[in-house]
Amino acid sequence: MKLRDAADVIRSKNSGPYELTFDIIFKDSALFRKVVDSGVINRELFAKLYNLPLENVTAVICFSPANAIKATIVRPIPSGALGERDVYGAQQHVPLLDVEIPL
Amino acid sequence: MKELRVLAPTAILGYGFPIQSFEEGLRRDPHLIAVDAGSSDPGPFYLGAGVSFTDRSAVKRDLELLLTAARERKIPLIIGSAGGSGGEPHLEWNVDIIEEIAKEKKLSFKMAVIHGEISPELVQDKLADGKVKPLPPLEELTCEELEKTERIVGQMGIEPFIRALEMGAEVIVAGRAYDPAVFAAPAVLQGFDRGLALHMGKILECACIASTPGSGSDCMMGFLREDCFLVEPLNSARRCTPMSVAAHTLYEKSNPYLLPSPGGALDLSETQYLAASSRAVKVTGSKFIPDPNYTIKLEGVKKIGYRTISIAGVRDPVMIQQIDEIIDSVREKVAENFAVQNLTYFLDFKVYGKNGVMAGLEPVVETNSHELGIIIEAVAPCQAKADTICSFARSTMLHWGFEGRLSTAGNLAFPYSPSDFQAGPVYVFNVYHLLEVSDPCELFPMELCQVGEVGA
Repeated sequence: MKLRDAADVIRSKNSGPYELTFDIIFKDSALFRKVVDSGVINRELFAKLYNLPLENVTAVICFSPANAIKATIVRPIPSGALGERDVYGAQQHVPLLDVEIPL
Repeated sequence: MKELRVLAPTAILGYGFPIQSFEEGLRRDPHLIAVDAGSSDPGPFYLGAGVSFTDRSAVKRDLELLLTAARERKIPLIIGSAGGSGGEPHLEWNVDIIEEIAKEKKLSFKMAVIHGEISPELVQDKLADGKVKPLPPLEELTCEELEKTERIVGQMGIEPFIRALEMGAEVIVAGRAYDPAVFAAPAVLQGFDRGLALHMGKILECACIASTPGSGSDCMMGFLREDCFLVEPLNSARRCTPMSVAAHTLYEKSNPYLLPSPGGALDLSETQYLAASSRAVKVTGSKFIPDPNYTIKLEGVKKIGYRTISIAGVRDPVMIQQIDEIIDSVREKVAENFAVQNLTYFLDFKVYGKNGVMAGLEPVVETNSHELGIIIEAVAPCQAKADTICSFARSTMLHWGFEGRLSTAGNLAFPYSPSDFQAGPVYVFNVYHLLEVSDPCELFPMELCQVGEVGA
């Protein structure tokens, strides 16, 4: 199953000017649990998807009150710096859509 | 039952709200109307240039409704992060709008103006005392970097607002503030739990973004009680669900269980979200953990030059196939042409239809677009030099002769005349540090003034 079919929300946004944070909110708690247990969504996945050194993936946190997984990475450049493409960081979620979840 | 009812009209002052929703909120007899006006999301320009990212007429429209309602009911109106970035020019801009409305509507009130801009000299003194610490991923602040800084603001906590309320302020307009502070300050002053007050503020500061369907321009009501709080959207087309409210805790934050705030952290590890009705959610268990060292988050920017851009399209398939090589060649030609003048500049080509949105993060390697949108961007130490580089890069690209070229009359389709646009000064963030204070109010001077005639 692809992540886009398991989630209601897959989004990215700045968390301050120096970090980018991703929220994946699952359709229900059963799916959320299965994905968490599969172990597929981890720091290594984000490092690979966004071509980052592992230490730049600050955290991947499971948040059960919202059936959500949250990940935060260091922005490749601070928001609005020279070379910026997405000041708000709202369109950087796309590589997550097709991540394959073994369910 | 002790209860504080707070009306949050909109996520950002100037984003608007339906009058029906607002009236619905007024019918619930609020004790307070509060709104956060700011964000660092629109990027460093607005803080540096001293202008608001919201429009003056839109802000005036919102404020007119809020001020009139607050004065009619004799309840406080509190505005945080005035003018978007909360620096001195932003605050003045917002105060000017308030005074204009007061004059037009013949309103009279005691107004507190709380300043949020911090002088680089003061930060330098604190730096020398070891009271300034970087927020990751930044490094230690240096005096050299501070000297380049155009403007610094500090996010004030609830204390300066509490002080203003204690002094009898009926309207408070403040510079840069921690978003939930405008909602939480009156609650804490009245003895409500700080953790619950801040958590409620955290939800209300985005108004209806925490409801479903979500909206940044519709009204939300908060009901703070001794052991819980409730949130309810004021438009019957929306509802709050335990999921929508819990999910909001994730929004724009790095860790949803522990949220740093001025003077401590909001601990949500034991927070519970329960349906109170089909449209309202009850929240319990949020705690405030005070930090013995009270810190203020600083945001600062420096000016690095001026920008000129040119916008063009490409439809020719031969050109599209070779776009990377052509851009490299144009770059080289620009460098070669101005080598004698030893110009320093930044030249970038944003290629939409290829990797315009994600640049280095883009996983799609092969482009299948039949057309590309290109922004040629030059940043240089002065506007004239940025014009020069942009113009030269544009004309070079327009007539570049590439392998297999059939379209020898020109390579670019310009949607506009002029083809180039000056985008003005360019700022970047260079301060995002924590400053330790001994008094939460010490960085934020306040003036209390009478607006309109007393007893009018």
